[in-house]
Amino acid sequence: MSRASAPIRPRLVKRLVPSRSMRIGVRAGAVVCAFILAAIFLLLTGRSVGTIFGAMWDGSFGSPYGQAQTILAAIPLIFTGLAVAIAFRMRLWNIGAEGQFYLGAFGATAVAYAIPTAPAFILLPLMILGGMVGGGAWAFVPGILRARLGVNEIVPSLLLNYVGILLVDYMVHGPWSDPQSFGFPLGKPFSDSATLPTLGDTAVHAGAIVAILAALAISLVLSRTVWGYRVRVIGENARAANYAGFSIARNVVAIMLLSGALAGVGGMVEVSGVVHKIQANISPGFGYTGIIVATLARFSPLAVVPIALLFGALIVAGNELQTVGLPSDIVLMLQAVILLFALAGELFVQYRVQWRPGSSSSAAPAIPSEPERQAAASASPSIEAG
Amino acid sequence: MTKTWRKLSFMLVAALLVGACGTGGEESADGGETDGGGGQETVKAAWIYPSPRNDGGWSTAHDQGRLAVEEKFGDQVETTFIESVSEEPGAATRAIEGLARKGYDIIFTASFGFMDPTLEVAKKYPDIYFEHCSGFKTADNMSNYFGAMEEAKYLSGIAAADATQNGLMGKVVSFPIPEIVRLTNAFLLGAQSVNPDVRMKTLFTNSFFDPPAEKAAAESLIDAGADVLTQDVDSPATGQVAEPAGAKWVGYNSDASEVAPDAWLTAPIWNWAIYYEDRIQAVLDGSWESQSYYGDLSDGIVGLAPFGDSVSQETIDKIKEVEEQIKNDEFDVFDGPIKDQAGEIVVPEGETPTLEELLSMDYFVEGMEGKLPAS
Repeated sequence: MSRASAPIRPRLVKRLVPSRSMRIGVRAGAVVCAFILAAIFLLLTGRSVGTIFGAMWDGSFGSPYGQAQTILAAIPLIFTGLAVAIAFRMRLWNIGAEGQFYLGAFGATAVAYAIPTAPAFILLPLMILGGMVGGGAWAFVPGILRARLGVNEIVPSLLLNYVGILLVDYMVHGPWSDPQSFGFPLGKPFSDSATLPTLGDTAVHAGAIVAILAALAISLVLSRTVWGYRVRVIGENARAANYAGFSIARNVVAIMLLSGALAGVGGMVEVSGVVHKIQANISPGFGYTGIIVATLARFSPLAVVPIALLFGALIVAGNELQTVGLPSDIVLMLQAVILLFALAGELFVQYRVQWRPGSSSSAAPAIPSEPERQAAASASPSIEAG
Repeated sequence: MTKTWRKLSFMLVAALLVGACGTGGEESADGGETDGGGGQETVKAAWIYPSPRNDGGWSTAHDQGRLAVEEKFGDQVETTFIESVSEEPGAATRAIEGLARKGYDIIFTASFGFMDPTLEVAKKYPDIYFEHCSGFKTADNMSNYFGAMEEAKYLSGIAAADATQNGLMGKVVSFPIPEIVRLTNAFLLGAQSVNPDVRMKTLFTNSFFDPPAEKAAAESLIDAGADVLTQDVDSPATGQVAEPAGAKWVGYNSDASEVAPDAWLTAPIWNWAIYYEDRIQAVLDGSWESQSYYGDLSDGIVGLAPFGDSVSQETIDKIKEVEEQIKNDEFDVFDGPIKDQAGEIVVPEGETPTLEELLSMDYFVEGMEGKLPAS
């Protein structure tokens, strides 16, 4: 490639301060683009765009039943999304929300089976506590490994997912197996007082309120307390925090405990509000979807709630699409397109594209981009044992 | 004799469970109008599958039943389906209730994990008929249906035993639950009926539908020396491994011979059309009633797929002979003596396990290699 014919190359330049209108505009534009692309695809395959988008709307936000289903689908994602978001405020990647979710269900179930006849106002809070202890204990392991030995938290938290899922499997095949289920892996049904009530006449259970309270509480703790301030400082600059005398190790463990406890409450709410017993397959990957939810929410606890609702709507709309004749593959593809565009939109909120002539040798941006800095930071742990 | 008895007791147990868990559903005025036994002109029927309908196995077999219903009833019936529905209770309930709200008259839910979600929705929609496959709970408007697949598994075991050169077979197994343990034992017992020395290795995938895991398990079994593979998982991935390895393959659920024509021996299959046509007709006639259906070789709900080219006429004749014996109640798959892996007699000579024992079978029979997890 000769210098004379140097092509015009796009480069990404970080926006110093993305304006509010820019943030909203780009994000809305991304979703609109996703739907336009989906519409083109549907037209090319000879389907009625109106019918399909109508079914999506009707099944998710457009009817009271759809709204209830959307909220129900969003509840577990709010908890796992919060778990991932809070950990990332200290630049910790909790990939283990899935296992912590299962352990939360485990802890809550242990309480529900131990004192099934206790009144609901005692039993339900104790089950929430059981969920927090279960999820927290599961997250404590990667937390202490990170704090004391500097082991990257990603791998231990991920691997513990499998252990957690298999632990619940073991319990429902063995000690908690319902004698009436002929050896099928189902636990005994919970007593009525171990079951979360529904809100009025809707299908939505009280876990929705717990989820929103949790998001509010986490947001307040982060923005209004000294501890929240420390967490944010450690996340932004561990070296400076260390210099300021903040105990990084202790806070790493604390934030992982909190993160795991949140995912654990998600597991409690699921078995108590939806499943009404313990069994295998209580999560189709809520912990992993929570990572995407938290990322799209830019790790803001309050933003996790609407993002989780959008995800809930996408999941719920999937069934509707199948009943109007779309194969499940195309449903998954539509969901993926919308997600990809939303993620890509985030890039354009943070960066703008600059077209200028360049050569292959000067392709690197002048300013190191944020992803690069994050990659560099995660390659060498910035939070050292303290 | 034994089989009739077993069928009766299965229904008895199911009836007891109806009393235990089926009653007391809250009334909620919703759904279509009640037809007081008068029948109806047309039927809207829906199916829920746990995997893609073209999975080449379990869901394909159910979808063929749905298509047979469309073919038979033409304009009288309108069908739909939702595929790849997660067994996570929230997702399953959502899919089933979504169909109930759309005014379907009868909804078939084709996976064990859909049992409690189906019951939950059935209570809310008393005017809609629900049919759950492979479970044990019923309600006034919810039936369950399944069949004696162990009979077809036993027959296919005979074909496998005649095909193995070294006497070692391998099976890709889904879950260590009694139903699957029963089917796994039946297959090996069938094989041992013609070759007492044949052994079988098992590998669990902990999923009914996970083609990559099924493929990996099948490859491990080939590496371990198995020259005949079989499965109770949903996809034909096992056959795709057997074909290039030069091994033989007994599939499951539907005829998948085109996937691995050389490896193909046969497959124990489900003919759901027989049941589905019957139930749709019952809705049309206004004669639908809650029941526990447990079909077998005699009524054709279970059977064998066409045999592969490598299966000799001699083997086929042998299989046909045993098939007749089972159909005539002269022989039961689990007739004693049967020994477990430790060599202990679990079913004495001249006896047949009780229904309770069959429904809670938690041991592998002698000749099985590898342990049953969590037992």
